[in-house]
Amino acid sequence: MSYPLRRLLVFPLVMLGVSVFVFIAIRLVPGDAITAMLGTESGLLTPAQREALTAYFGLDQNWFVQFWRWLSRVLQGDLGISTTYGKPVMTIILEHFPLTLELAVLSMLIAIGIGLPAGIFAATRKDKPSDMAVRVIAMVGQSTPGFVVGLLLIFVLSVGFGVLPQMGTFVPLTEGISRNLAQMILPALTLGTAFAAAVIRISRSAMLDILREDFVRTARSKGLSRRRVIWRHALPNALIPVVTLSGVEFGYLLGGAVLVEQIFALPGLGRVVLDAIQQRDYALVQGSVLFIAFNFMVVNLLVDLAYAALDPRIRFETK
Amino acid sequence: MMEFLRDIARHPSGRIGLIIVVAFVLAGALGEAGVTPYGPLVQDRIARLQAPSAAHWFGTDLFGRDVLSRLMVGISQSFIVSFSSVGVASAAGTLLGLSAAWYGGLWDGIVMRFMDVLLAFPAILLALLIIAIFGPSGWTSILAIAIVYTPIFTRVVRGPALSLKHRDFVDAARTFGSSRRYIMSRHLALNLVAPLTVQITLALAWALVTEAGLSFLGLGTQPPNASLGLMLSDARNLMEMAPWLLLVPAIALMLAVLGFNLLGDALRDILDPKTRRALA
Repeated sequence: MSYPLRRLLVFPLVMLGVSVFVFIAIRLVPGDAITAMLGTESGLLTPAQREALTAYFGLDQNWFVQFWRWLSRVLQGDLGISTTYGKPVMTIILEHFPLTLELAVLSMLIAIGIGLPAGIFAATRKDKPSDMAVRVIAMVGQSTPGFVVGLLLIFVLSVGFGVLPQMGTFVPLTEGISRNLAQMILPALTLGTAFAAAVIRISRSAMLDILREDFVRTARSKGLSRRRVIWRHALPNALIPVVTLSGVEFGYLLGGAVLVEQIFALPGLGRVVLDAIQQRDYALVQGSVLFIAFNFMVVNLLVDLAYAALDPRIRFETK
Repeated sequence: MMEFLRDIARHPSGRIGLIIVVAFVLAGALGEAGVTPYGPLVQDRIARLQAPSAAHWFGTDLFGRDVLSRLMVGISQSFIVSFSSVGVASAAGTLLGLSAAWYGGLWDGIVMRFMDVLLAFPAILLALLIIAIFGPSGWTSILAIAIVYTPIFTRVVRGPALSLKHRDFVDAARTFGSSRRYIMSRHLALNLVAPLTVQITLALAWALVTEAGLSFLGLGTQPPNASLGLMLSDARNLMEMAPWLLLVPAIALMLAVLGFNLLGDALRDILDPKTRRALA
């Protein structure tokens, strides 16, 4: 069986595993959904009302029945109703996902925009002072957690320039590009610069590996300019690990950046899950985690396939 | 062992990494032993939000508590959580990875698919779920971070173990009548030391970041105890008035992570036979 086909077959199995895991995990959280939903008002419920609500959300059945009902609806595209929002889980996810997607795309653009040129620059000047400087910056950058970068950015802007980040009500991209970007630029810079360090390191080392290869020497010795060899011959090969690493990171970012969303008060997917766990909103936790895991696995599958496509030397073992 | 330490000390980034890590371990040990300039929980209402001075090297916080003392205790808390969680994760991962590689077949399938399931969650979400179940505390952070990093160790161990399994020297040992258990513990484990050491060092850096992140969200170490993430979170609304409250834990966290990253890079160079020759 070919490698991609095997990956495709494992995919539903892992998704099933994820759904069982989340289903059980959220039910192990102490406290019940009805009390969490109504807060102190839940004390005012008569036993009959409480029973009716429990039955409405399907929580009166045993776990097997609940899981089976949930799973069979999920397979039809229905993720259930959130107890906190009183809306379909799918609607809530689709409301918050655009922000998460936009943030992921912007941060990747920033990370690759900074990281790739800097990595190639450093590789072509190996062991010169400029290479050393780039390496030190990348090492320090990689050692700085994303949320610390965010806090320091806010600090520098507010103390140094008296500018406060735009943190009011979130403006979606469709309702005003400039206002949206004003809100997104700092979180995107935070995630982007934090990841740029990793891109610098991997593109530098990949470039160095390629520049040592025989075909590069051949290209140089047949009289091609250094610039042409670097851009036309070495770069496409050096891109492979960069694509892999960026793909995996992009998959992670699609799951929402809980900490950065928290710092910049952004209503992304990460915050939705965090709140849902705290509210014991079973359907919302299950639905959103499943959604996140699905995206993550699809992105990883695509990365693997792209990896195979980019590097013809890679022939996945066939069993 | 001494030779190994000498190798690290000779490696340019290894030396810096080692110095940083040792310094942090010392500071944390002193904090844990209670040898701090002031009590980490002692409030001094008169000396609130004081800038760094001779009396308070890193200033004081909103409650007049000495930031240096809290930093030392926070470092010990963060290090205890990350060392314990990485210890548990590497032990569990090694056990699972070795057994998956050795027994193969159905067991291998079950273990690796379960690891795939765990890896399908973004790390912080998985940790959040686990914390929701057991309630926030230092112990829960250890458990959560350990579960998050176990799959990585399982994969790191299973790969080499699988390829080692069919090497000549393992076959030779089996022909000599060595028991499976003996082969696993001696030959395979010894060959896994190098990749594991590197992975453990790097995982310690990630664990520090994850612990700080969880505490920052209020889901790790609970106030009034100190941890790096909690100090950062407390500093959020005071950063203009008292920048040291933000900068001290931020720089400390950065340096600690940097120390482990530098050490991990150096170990990779030293333990990899290919680069070892290049260095010599």
